Amino acid sequence: MALDSKIPKGPLKDKWTDYKNHIDLVNPANKRNIDVIVVGTGLAGGSASATLAELGYNVKAFAYQDSPRRAHSIAAQGGINAAKNYQGDGDSFYRLFYDTVKGGDYRSREANVYRLAEVSANIIDQCVAQGVPFARDYGGLLDNRSFGGVLVSRTFYAKGQTGQQLLLGAYSAMNRQIARGKIEMFNRHEMLDVVKVDGKARGIIARNLVTGEIERHSAHAVVIATGGYGNVYFLSTNAMGSNATAAWKIHKKGAFFANPCYTQIHPTCIPRSGDYQSKLTLMSESLRNDGRIWVPKNLDDVKAIKEGRKKPTDLSENERDYYLERRYPAFGNLVPRDVASRAAKERCDAGYGVNATGEAVYLDFASAITRYGTEKAKIQNISNPSEAKIYELGQAIVEAKYGNLFQMYNKIVDEDPYKTPMMIYPAVHYTMGGVWVDYNLMTTVEGLYCLGEANFSDHGANRLGASALMQGLSDGYFVLPYTIGDYLSNDIRTGKIPTDTKEFEQAEKEVTARIDFFVNNKGQHSVDYYHKKLGKIMWEKCGMSRNEKGLIEAMAEIKALREDFWKNVTVPGISNEMNPELEKAGRVADFLELGELFAKDALDRNESCGGHFREESIELDGLQKGEAKRNDKDFAYVAAWEYKGEPANAVLHKEELEFNDIELKQRSYK
Amino acid sequence: MNLTLKVWRQKNASDKGKMVDYQVTEISEHMSFLEMMDVLNEQIINKGDEPVAFDHDCREGICGMCSMYINGEAHGPDRGVTTCQLHMRMFKDGDTITIEPFRAAAFPVIKDLVVDRSSFERIQQSGGYISVNTSGNTQDANAIPVSKEAADKAMDAATCIGCGACVATCKNSSAMLFVGAKVSQYALLPQGQVEATDRVLNMVAQMDAEGFGNCTNTGACEVECPKGISLENIARMNTEFMKASLKG
Ligand SMILES: Cc1cc2nc3c(=O)[nH]c(=O)nc-3n(C[C@H](O)[C@H](O)[C@H](O)COP(=O)(O)OP(=O)(O)OC[C@H]3O[C@@H](n4cnc5c(N)ncnc54)[C@H](O)[C@@H]3O)c2cc1C
Ligand code: SF4
Ligand code: FES
Repeated sequence: MALDSKIPKGPLKDKWTDYKNHIDLVNPANKRNIDVIVVGTGLAGGSASATLAELGYNVKAFAYQDSPRRAHSIAAQGGINAAKNYQGDGDSFYRLFYDTVKGGDYRSREANVYRLAEVSANIIDQCVAQGVPFARDYGGLLDNRSFGGVLVSRTFYAKGQTGQQLLLGAYSAMNRQIARGKIEMFNRHEMLDVVKVDGKARGIIARNLVTGEIERHSAHAVVIATGGYGNVYFLSTNAMGSNATAAWKIHKKGAFFANPCYTQIHPTCIPRSGDYQSKLTLMSESLRNDGRIWVPKNLDDVKAIKEGRKKPTDLSENERDYYLERRYPAFGNLVPRDVASRAAKERCDAGYGVNATGEAVYLDFASAITRYGTEKAKIQNISNPSEAKIYELGQAIVEAKYGNLFQMYNKIVDEDPYKTPMMIYPAVHYTMGGVWVDYNLMTTVEGLYCLGEANFSDHGANRLGASALMQGLSDGYFVLPYTIGDYLSNDIRTGKIPTDTKEFEQAEKEVTARIDFFVNNKGQHSVDYYHKKLGKIMWEKCGMSRNEKGLIEAMAEIKALREDFWKNVTVPGISNEMNPELEKAGRVADFLELGELFAKDALDRNESCGGHFREESIELDGLQKGEAKRNDKDFAYVAAWEYKGEPANAVLHKEELEFNDIELKQRSYK
Repeated sequence: MNLTLKVWRQKNASDKGKMVDYQVTEISEHMSFLEMMDVLNEQIINKGDEPVAFDHDCREGICGMCSMYINGEAHGPDRGVTTCQLHMRMFKDGDTITIEPFRAAAFPVIKDLVVDRSSFERIQQSGGYISVNTSGNTQDANAIPVSKEAADKAMDAATCIGCGACVATCKNSSAMLFVGAKVSQYALLPQGQVEATDRVLNMVAQMDAEGFGNCTNTGACEVECPKGISLENIARMNTEFMKASLKG
């Protein structure tokens, strides 16, 4: 099967407008006769459900939480980008487009990214109208801040809770449609399979997580918006329930899976403190605007700190190694996420990690506090301020900027980051890979769509801050509602899709068989036992840096672990009531397959790009010596994998990426 | 540390339920409360029994899912945090900890510590939104300026995570803090004005229909709220309600 990305012809800036002018529309009276299933109600699925219902379709929306408001999108902290140019600092659609393509290391699709930049401005209008309380300046106008990797101030935010507010906006739009009866909401329901009829997606099999009942739901089209698969690593910044099941199930039914090996590792997370740890917490990237990152220069000091004989504050300036400032003088602590993450790991691997597990570096605000304090003292005309006074003034300013993050850190680590440097370490955060979709957001299965973090389309090999929220809402509010209409215009005479057909029966049978297996298999190991083992393989061999040998081993180890899982896993409880262990078992089973495909994809991509450092692909000399080396000649494509039974047998299809409006350049932060 | 846990076990909504004692050992003070529960569950599973069901997802204090009643307090002894942010350093070696579900008639128990908070959903569906068409023809976001103060206050109200601690902790099981927060958010913004009357009337009516009790100004909700939602929001809701009743 050949991949057709369906990118419209014509100049980049006209593609989306022309496309919209020429698609088939569904008559409003006919929309009433069309059902759409949306799985996932985060930013992508929530905004899509609300808009499709607004347009007149009958929407059935599904989420595993007890409310759409609790989807993982709620956790996003920093902000959302939009090319509004309110600051008059030269922002434009083109500039946002350019930054995003460059930030993704030239591994995303130009046409999609341009459309994203184009509709971004509209997202802000939409959300403000819904009552999202974005930060305002004293004139009553919207405020902006700037984020890593860009030169303009285009990030809109609501304190450190932007994702929460945007999601509550989409949720309120959903509530309005639920009240009108246009959305039927299925909370605490998990999609366990998709149902295809004559090659088209026509429904899903879902499990009611309260009663355990297996349900059949039919529709004219199915939309998957189930988020990312970062939890394949066990430890990540994702919510505990985040999973790959929906994406993986549709992959098995014919949807290609693209670039599975692209994962973003975020440099500023609270380090792991022990083996019991269940997840990792992100500290917003904005901290790097003021924090300086270092480790001790001497291993003796590292030892002394670990043994409690010395405190980090005992070390003088020249006993510290500000390794980012040393290696990347131009960008210093503000190098992109991938560069910062790799550099931290390099120092820790060399033995300079400062906490008990040896996986932590310092993020130090002392000089920022002194700098701000001195400045403030001047402004307040305090002559000869004492050190304590300077500190007090400076602390107040840092608190105003990052107070909630400092408090969060304090709660978790039990140390006061105003007094002693924070400890941070990189953690798995966001997955750029996902289900392959064309320009219409349709997968390789007809009538099956995929939005938000679950698809692969807009971020290339690396995601810039504040761009995932933008993509989720753009897909849901503004893109899918057009593209799906074009497809559904052929369905106005189809009528209700029956659920008593052999296709539904077959899919339900498979789902039930698997559940029965789990509750009857009295093995010796818990689901978490396997999940943790998988996570360890993933982190060590498919993590920030990878090599051929490690990846081949990873594939074999994951396969062996999967075989053991299917023999020895134990799931207490029964299937026809609430059973969280059973839910986990199904998800981990899918991660155990996805993990292997992940390693296979990483093995195949013998280049370093985005956050993915392939040890064999490294600059050998010149200014960039030792840095990641991308290889455009051989790898400027999207790797889309077709399922063939075992993950190891997946077949690679390549979507060659064309860059007509942007020149491919190596990234440099020296 | 070694701890004794008294945990509410209830198979399903119709089961009577009872407290069951468990011992856990080797609990690190750095663990979060939910990680301690993971340790308990791992132990129960290894014995072949059914682990304790509890709601949780983000584990960073923002989704509002975790909902335990610990030693007689919603989200336990620490202030301004959810259960997932509560750490074991708040407890001592040898402590006995009582763990129960949030209790309120409008939050029926589903299993063990999991309760059904869909009454909150229905309140929001009765009017907790602005009726704007979502298909993208809204006016420019800066067309209506919003004073910084109003935006900040609306934001403070909007930070409610819908956890239900306010209800669980209130002797009347009142949902006024939650509903007040939602009503306030829109009452403070120019975008929310047109429907203000219907919104507050409908939301309050739904709140009553769900079986939440009335507010007698004890203020326990504010104390237990992990997000610092203030009683001011209840006052604002009452004002809005009065205004609406006079009009309506
Ligand atoms: C801590 C943190 C901070 C972040 N900060 C930012 C930021 O500042 N800016 C930014 O742009 N991005 C940020 N991100 C990334 C961004 O939040 C996510 O990429 C984005 O919210 C994903 O949205 P989504 O709608 O695709 O998926 P999600 O919000 O993950 O929603 C998934 C939905 O699918 C449902 N679901 C999943 N599987 C099933 C199933 N099998 N059956 C039924 N339902 C299912 C869930 O119930 C949920 O409703 C951050 C992420 C994290 C973790
Ligand atoms: S008001 Fe506070 S306690 Fe009540 S639901 Fe909201 S966040 Fe929870
Ligand atoms: S698990 Fe999300 S708030 Fe506690």
